[in-house]
Amino acid sequence: MDTVKKEHQLIVSVSPHIKSEETTSRIMWSVNAALLPATVMGAYFFGPRAVFILAIAIIAAVLSEYIFQKSLNRKVSVNDGSAFLTGLLLGMNLPPSVPFYIPIVGSFAAVVITKQLFGGLGFNVFNPALIGRAFLLISFPKLMTIWKEPTAAFIQFDAKTTATPLGILKEEGVAKLMEAFGDNISLYTQLFTGHRAGSIGETSSIALLIGAAFLLYRGYISWHIPASFLGTAALIAWIFGTKGALFAGDPIVHLLSGGMLLGAFFMATDYVTCRSVKIGQILFGIGCGFLTMLIRLKGGYPEGVMFAILIMNCFSPIIDRGFKTKVFGARKEIKESKK
Amino acid sequence: MANNKVNYWELITNGIVKENTIFKLALSLCPSIAVTNNLKNGVLMGAAVLFVQVMVNITISLIRKVIHSRIRLPIFMLVISGWVTVTDMSMAAAVPDVYKQMGLYIQLIVAFASILARAEMFASKNKIAPSMADGIGMGIGFLFALTVISFFRELIGKGSLWGMPIINAKPLLIMILPAGGFFAVGILMALFNWIDVRFFKKGAHGAHH
Repeated sequence: MDTVKKEHQLIVSVSPHIKSEETTSRIMWSVNAALLPATVMGAYFFGPRAVFILAIAIIAAVLSEYIFQKSLNRKVSVNDGSAFLTGLLLGMNLPPSVPFYIPIVGSFAAVVITKQLFGGLGFNVFNPALIGRAFLLISFPKLMTIWKEPTAAFIQFDAKTTATPLGILKEEGVAKLMEAFGDNISLYTQLFTGHRAGSIGETSSIALLIGAAFLLYRGYISWHIPASFLGTAALIAWIFGTKGALFAGDPIVHLLSGGMLLGAFFMATDYVTCRSVKIGQILFGIGCGFLTMLIRLKGGYPEGVMFAILIMNCFSPIIDRGFKTKVFGARKEIKESKK
Repeated sequence: MANNKVNYWELITNGIVKENTIFKLALSLCPSIAVTNNLKNGVLMGAAVLFVQVMVNITISLIRKVIHSRIRLPIFMLVISGWVTVTDMSMAAAVPDVYKQMGLYIQLIVAFASILARAEMFASKNKIAPSMADGIGMGIGFLFALTVISFFRELIGKGSLWGMPIINAKPLLIMILPAGGFFAVGILMALFNWIDVRFFKKGAHGAHH
């Protein structure tokens, strides 16, 4: 036996045999980096307080993951950046004026309840950051819907509160929205740069698009989910956007306001909770877009991206089952004869 | 249980710890979520179940020799619904304001798997005294679980206990909503089993039903 040389031994290992350079932590930190422009814009418009809220959310998320894994004697996986990403995404989804304990509660719900209790990264059914936000919205409905007016001043003594564009659209209609922002063009520009009330990281469309372009370029996300998500939403907004008239809605306002871009590019595409099969991804995106617009136009909340993505997360297993990739060489008869 | 010496202490603790209806058997979860958003409702519901469980066990044990085994389940159901009706009417008369909120769930005690299961598995095969001890144990176990769940839900979700304000901070509203009920039951179930395994069953294998 000893005569067999080591290089002649047959090495038996489980697949996959070809591994790419990408690791979980590299992808996670890249997504964090892609969110940087939107974070900077949020900090610019909503001041130091927004940075403070983001920092608390991130620290709370990382700490609760660390403490939970330490206390259960699990491998501590704080360095892979996923808890950091959850905290950052949660913070970006919060209004800038929330009290400091809100991001702590939200991060705990996101990391411990949604992710770690289900078995850690890779086993969570729902997007952690969105569950954290849903938890907060249901627990503190008043505090989570106070929106601060954006100002680019560094030190703010008294902040004004205002309604989000979608809030105005829901409560008072399109005419009022135009009045608040001036004309069509200035409405679009302000929505595009991010000069509007909203959550910290969702307002600046241009910054989010830059981040998304980076992720698409690196191949970390594919175009299927964002395109079908935004396309469906735009189509529905165009057809049913105006009450009483078909094909008269304004899809651009709907796409650029609320958390649509943040949700479509950064949260619906979460690796764990979205589908890996392309046609399943498209179906997932269509469902997200449809539910978002359903909630926005007919529901009780002005914004529906969060609930839409969470509801579609529930459908992931069904979509998976329906659109399984065919095993190479497998035939239908074989599959059926097994039953 | 054929031997003459009956360990009553074991019979009672069996229902509280080893076969706790909610935390161990995961039965009757509907009321444990639906009525536990405040302590008062939780305790009253638990007490109602305790009463019904004990009375049903005693009654079944009394008539166990005259029940034909083929029709035993309808008989059990009749006995259970009889005692549930007694509880239902007494509560409607004694605590009408609470009854308004949870009357439906009191009537639903009829369908509790745990009560029927104890009648079938224990009371129909044992004498009155052990059956009563078993009923007390199972009932107290249920009462204990509902009390703990509703204690935490009211404390965190409303900042009060038994309707009296305790904590002067913003409550976590989700805890008194149905979603919070699932969180509370799940987390407390895990905690209960963890304590049981960690401190009382050193080296023993997992839970058994």
